[in-house]
Amino acid sequence: MTKVTMTVNGKAVSGTVEGRTLLTSFLREDLHLTGTHVGCDTSQCGACVVHVNGKAVKSCTMFAIEADGAEVSTIEGQANEDGSLNAIQAAFQEHHGLQCGFCTPGMVMTAASLLKENPKPTVDEVRNHLEGNLCRCTGYHNIIKAIMAASGQDVSAIAAE
Amino acid sequence: MPKDTGIGAAPKRREDVRFLTGTGQYSDDISLVNQASAVFARSNVANGVIKSIDTTAAAAMPGVLAIFTGEDFVEVGGNPAGWLINSRDGEPMKEPKRPVLAHGKVRHVGDAYAAVIAETVEQAKDAVEAIEADIEELPAVINMKDALAGSNYVHDEIETNQCFDWGWIEDNRAATDEAIKNAHHVTTLDLVNNRLVPNAMEPRCSMANYNAAMNEYTLYTTSQNPHLTRLLISAFVLGIPENKLTVIAPDVGGGFGSKIYHYGEEALVLAAAKKLKRPVKWTSDRTEAFLTDAHGRDHVTTIELAMDKEGNFLAFRTETMANVGAYLSNFSTATPTFLHGTLMAGNYTVPLVYVNVKAVFTNTAPVDAYRGAGRPEATYSIERVIDKAAREIGMDPIELRRKNFVKPDQYPFGSAAGLEYDSGNYDALMDKMEDVADLAGFDARRAASEAKGLLRGRGVNAYIEACGIAPSNLVGILGSRVGLYDASTVRVNATGNISVMVGAHSHGQGHETAFPQIVAELLGVDAASVDIVHGDTSKIPFGMGTYGSRSLAVCGSAIVRATEKIIVKAKKIAAHMLEITDSEVEFNDGVFSAVGTNKTVSFGDVALKAYIPHDFPIDAIEPGLEETAFYDPANFTYPSGAYCCEVEVDPETGKVTVERMTAVDDFGNIVNPMIVTGQVHGGLGQGIGQALLENTVYDETGQLLNASYMDYTMPRADDLPFYAVDHSQGTACTHNPLGVKGCGEAGAIGSPPTVVNAVIDALQSGGNNVTHIDMPVSPLNVWTAIQNA
Ligand code: FES
Ligand code: FES
Repeated sequence: MTKVTMTVNGKAVSGTVEGRTLLTSFLREDLHLTGTHVGCDTSQCGACVVHVNGKAVKSCTMFAIEADGAEVSTIEGQANEDGSLNAIQAAFQEHHGLQCGFCTPGMVMTAASLLKENPKPTVDEVRNHLEGNLCRCTGYHNIIKAIMAASGQDVSAIAAE
Repeated sequence: MPKDTGIGAAPKRREDVRFLTGTGQYSDDISLVNQASAVFARSNVANGVIKSIDTTAAAAMPGVLAIFTGEDFVEVGGNPAGWLINSRDGEPMKEPKRPVLAHGKVRHVGDAYAAVIAETVEQAKDAVEAIEADIEELPAVINMKDALAGSNYVHDEIETNQCFDWGWIEDNRAATDEAIKNAHHVTTLDLVNNRLVPNAMEPRCSMANYNAAMNEYTLYTTSQNPHLTRLLISAFVLGIPENKLTVIAPDVGGGFGSKIYHYGEEALVLAAAKKLKRPVKWTSDRTEAFLTDAHGRDHVTTIELAMDKEGNFLAFRTETMANVGAYLSNFSTATPTFLHGTLMAGNYTVPLVYVNVKAVFTNTAPVDAYRGAGRPEATYSIERVIDKAAREIGMDPIELRRKNFVKPDQYPFGSAAGLEYDSGNYDALMDKMEDVADLAGFDARRAASEAKGLLRGRGVNAYIEACGIAPSNLVGILGSRVGLYDASTVRVNATGNISVMVGAHSHGQGHETAFPQIVAELLGVDAASVDIVHGDTSKIPFGMGTYGSRSLAVCGSAIVRATEKIIVKAKKIAAHMLEITDSEVEFNDGVFSAVGTNKTVSFGDVALKAYIPHDFPIDAIEPGLEETAFYDPANFTYPSGAYCCEVEVDPETGKVTVERMTAVDDFGNIVNPMIVTGQVHGGLGQGIGQALLENTVYDETGQLLNASYMDYTMPRADDLPFYAVDHSQGTACTHNPLGVKGCGEAGAIGSPPTVVNAVIDALQSGGNNVTHIDMPVSPLNVWTAIQNA
């Protein structure tokens, strides 16, 4: 067992983990941050996306010990200070970009990193960027629309939700 | 009543806030103090005799608390099929026992034969590796045709591997044969409805707790219908009395059918929790999900369409082999029969329909209802053969459909497949589709594609489905072992807010937002004061759950009925308060008034009075304001639609791109148009996935070759287009109080034939004589078809 220390959503945390403990398990089981989901075992679905040192990573593909000393942020840390939804979260609600909600944390975290790198993406860029995030409920239409809207672009030409 | 929260409004979903902030509570998010973990030992052969299972070494591993094998469940019941189907000769279907853990034989890869309970998941996994199972592999039964020829058996006692041989409508068989023999033109099509894995993004998870002092069990599980799960466990499998078992399905991350069913893992964790007196949790990984969640579709079909000289339909005749896998899952016998055969008249006035379905056991995962369940298979067969027929007789495919549509003045219409359609207007849907899809601009778009060296095709489709499942008396006659009503309790609290307990279960459908809109409309209160309670058998009277696009039509109707009873009772109280008789009370927009006066009391005042009945005439009015209604539908509902798809095909590579996808649906009245549109989008995504990408491939030894997202092609954001969706042409359902029909499955039913029709049209436009390609219409399949044309 190894001790790990990291900052998660702005708070210093620590724990002891096995070498094989995934960052996902550390977040879910040890820190009880269950908003980060596990949808697969082959790094394909993106339900587990978090930010490590500002970059989107699939937390199922990283050992907890690799995040030792890192700044981690998860879906639980995304809302505004006053608890209201941030711009991306609000756009997902406004444009009905979620149904069962299981893929949603990963979608929001992936969208956040996209908009940081590319604040005004095209529809094709959004679709390509979501290559690693599966959603079985929405057919993606409203997810794409929500991300375009969150980037401040006009989405009136995209059919109504 | 505020217009932005009642029926027809599109308030934003209240459940979104917890999902968007990571505070939803899915089953695996719940942990109990002192919980242990279950991991299953699963067969890696498709068919085999269990010679011995030695658990000695595994039991000695660190952290191991208990090990179960099939032996431990010999005394308990099996997981039953919910519908009894009789064969054409009157013989009941073959119904082998489906045990909690395999006993004697394993019958598909992934079939669980043992389970380890340990302190941690890792320890349980390690111990599973140490179980020594001697399983003698037998030849696998995979291909349905070979299975029916019957030299190897899935179940030793079923020597033909045939579950049933069903005919519908058997009395029409001879007349249908005759009509086909004498017809001016007969179009025949052989097709495969490809096997799919539902792939809800949340894997299944079940956790049980046992309270020894009270002899009570609680099961947290990923279910679309917690009451049905409780009923199956109580009445058939473990015999735990219903009043000692609480089933809780908290937030559920999608289902699409796969979470309707009771699975052995649920029974195992209950038994383990009792034995260990500790909570026991099992969470599926994705590989297990591929191997053990009930799959969908998997039909092999020949369909014939007979027409006269003018193109009038005379008969549809269908021969289908339907794969049920290794065991009968709960709805597996209804799906290829009454959810498929009864829809085989489509939207048409065709006078004769005959369907023969042979259900076949194979050494594969069980197959059951997946989004649409039988109706996509029916629609695909009908709408593909019509397209082929149109081409053969040189008629426009839209014209041929219109010529045979049931017309608006023909309702109620008794279809040749035995259903009574209550309402619809298929021509209006087609008109609207032609407009929304801009068919007038198609030629120009085709020319533009051709200028790029690509072929462009246009496919259309008309579908009807039967939803609002289902009238209990009718399904009882047809072999259902349960009733299919639903229930709701409306509880008006003293302070005027309202809890609505519902038997439907939301796993993405937005019930927490849409159902309050109904109550708000009827009571004239703000929807924000109404909360839905679902997913917990200890809090809800009863319910049959959410599937088959039934929640609004059946459970929504129960909500209406319960709310109407609330109004009746509240009027009594108001009359007492206003010192008038019941019949002199009027109720409008949340206010009770005395007819012809300006005396009023508000809904809130009546609610408070109901719980503080100091001056009630107690012989005339009971305290409290709470009512329950069970609603049993009088008929199915019949959503219908007209769809159009435009594809580009690259003749060099065979790659198909969906350029435009239009869905015009008649869902009757609409409660929340935003949610309805989202449901259609999701169905379209899955339907296009079936048409272009998805397939489930077992090799001849029964290994599932694509049991991961590296191998099974899930539709991704860059595979799918934006959709044009319209539901302006609704005709109200005539027999439920909301006039609603159901929208959850439509997209998955209407789109596959539309996409394939478009691909065939594209290839034909390039001079390729291709009349059919089986799904998925992958680049390889298209390219091969072009080469062979
Ligand atoms: S759980 Fe991490 S990619 Fe699927
Ligand atoms: S909303 Fe259910 S998987 Fe995306």
